[in-house]
Amino acid sequence: MKLIILNDYDQASEWAAKYIRNKILLFRPGPDRYLTLGLPTGSTPMGCYKKLIEYYKMGQISFQYVKTFNMDEYVGLPRDHPESYHSFMWNHLFKHIDIKAENTHILDGNAADLQVECAAFEEKITAAGGIELFVGGIGPDGHIAFNEPGSSLVSRTRVKTLAKDTIMANARFFNGDLSKVPTMSLTVGVGTVMEAKEVMIIITGAHKAFALYKAIEEGVNHMWTVSAFQQHPQTVFVCDEDATLELRVKTVKYFKGMMHVHNKLVEPPPSLSKKN
Amino acid sequence: WRRGQERYSPVTQFTQCRVLREHRLQREDLWVRDGRILDPEKLFFDEQGYADQRVDCEGSIIAPGFIDVQINGGYGVDFSQPSEDVSSGVSFVSQKILQHGVTSFCPTLVTSPPGVYHKVLPQVKVHDGGAQGAGVLGVHLEGPFISAEKKGAHPERFLRTFQSGGIEDLMEAYGSLDNVAMVTLAPELAGSQSVVRELCRRGVTVSLGHSVANLSQAEEAVLHGASFITHLFNAMLPFHHRDPGIVGLLTSDQVPAGRTVYYGMIADGIHTNPAALRIAHRAHPSGLVLVTDAIAAMGLPPGRHTLGQQVIEIQGLHAYVAGTKTLSGSIAPMDMCVRHFKHAAGCSLEEALEAASLHPAQLLGLAERKGTLDFGSDAGQDA
Repeated sequence: MKLIILNDYDQASEWAAKYIRNKILLFRPGPDRYLTLGLPTGSTPMGCYKKLIEYYKMGQISFQYVKTFNMDEYVGLPRDHPESYHSFMWNHLFKHIDIKAENTHILDGNAADLQVECAAFEEKITAAGGIELFVGGIGPDGHIAFNEPGSSLVSRTRVKTLAKDTIMANARFFNGDLSKVPTMSLTVGVGTVMEAKEVMIIITGAHKAFALYKAIEEGVNHMWTVSAFQQHPQTVFVCDEDATLELRVKTVKYFKGMMHVHNKLVEPPPSLSKKN
Repeated sequence: WRRGQERYSPVTQFTQCRVLREHRLQREDLWVRDGRILDPEKLFFDEQGYADQRVDCEGSIIAPGFIDVQINGGYGVDFSQPSEDVSSGVSFVSQKILQHGVTSFCPTLVTSPPGVYHKVLPQVKVHDGGAQGAGVLGVHLEGPFISAEKKGAHPERFLRTFQSGGIEDLMEAYGSLDNVAMVTLAPELAGSQSVVRELCRRGVTVSLGHSVANLSQAEEAVLHGASFITHLFNAMLPFHHRDPGIVGLLTSDQVPAGRTVYYGMIADGIHTNPAALRIAHRAHPSGLVLVTDAIAAMGLPPGRHTLGQQVIEIQGLHAYVAGTKTLSGSIAPMDMCVRHFKHAAGCSLEEALEAASLHPAQLLGLAERKGTLDFGSDAGQDA
């Protein structure tokens, strides 16, 4: 695991966006060589997406040969509802960049047969050659995607009933009205994300600190599903100072001491510096 | 472009623009296909489509096209003239007013003898606009069922009252109500109630004007369905604190729930004192509809012009009866009215634009298709 600690939300977002930018540039995607990304929604990745849009507008990257797979979507919410994850991705990323619609994949929470939809999603990922980099966030209860506490650590894409905590955390997007928040979702499984070549988790804010502690300083436990990534060979956790508040001083000092090495990962690659 | 379609329908994306939507100017792209505003999110997810053509607006504002519900002519054309070829006069004006931002209008006929209506009306048809000219929403018939005391410039000998049973008088005077969008009448005329009801039943907007009605008479007309006031303050009793007359409709508590009384204002800085404009706007901002009430002299260069029986002298934004200081009508184009209104009322740009687009669309019951840049509405827009 690489634990990247930045001062604040903006810097963490920028670091994560640069990491993705570099991934795209170094991979050199083309018409017969697509880069597949797994993407999250929510308030955490918004800053990262803003930065990626900037890099696209500056001409640094193109999403023409990038395929995306989102982590989750609500069940039963109309696709054009302002709080659906389709709307989120359109408004916060897709409409600002040059990605092709047929290369984006988001689970359809209004599919006639939800099980078939989930199985088909897994097949699409396989057909695309697997996911190169899966970007995600973490819930206050330590969940990845909608893999709520108690989810199997080898789970696949499926229908999940949302935990009360998650419903409460999401109520702010539905005018604080708990009755309007969907109660079920389709989500990739922990096992699905584990199969990605690389995983990057963005964690910011003091309210996520305890979940981060449980995820990386305690054992692998299905009550804190992000802890599963302790067993993934290539994981990056990108945090701000506030998210580290529950960690041991020793852990924080160790990884802060590594920043000069880790920062090399976000330096503009030669192809970019030549352009500028 | 879209997947799997037989007929090619290009999609145009206007970028770097500010779009008037949901009463605010927003930094959003505007997408258009087949003459309608397109929802790009639906295009992306449903059709996997993208723009065929991008237009960089360089920061311009895109507002819905203006709708002028009271315009008597322009550029030498007078809509009330019974010529053999009225439609080419209407087309000429419709093409000219595009440059003022007007994309839809109601050609207005002033009080005329039946012969004129019978000749002119069949030649003016409702039709959509486009690059070739503004669309015609229907004719506005201002008179002849108006008050002699408040006739203004209308010829007295052609004024009428309701004799038979109301609607028969209308049909006798006008010949037909096809292609008629609005009728201005004076509600104090006996027998007007049934006329108002019948016109509303047929989908014709009823406007009160050129009248000496008191507030109760005006309110009764509204109850029967009247929804507009023709050029507020002009050709009606002045506001009086014990009987506000038609002006009182702006704050009347007798307007049925869910209904709005709209009122036309000529904001050329000449026909209405800016202070009066402000009083009306502050009393009832959502009902304000900008109209030009333009006469044939609009758009003509300064100097003398002979129009029909009159000689007009144009000096700046004033049109006088030649050799006098008597105003003969308005000649300020709509975009100038919008600017002047914003300046005089001190309102926001969004409000000024909506007074010339959204409000007239709401008045005519067309807000689903016109007057806004909402997805699905007609793409007549100004940049």
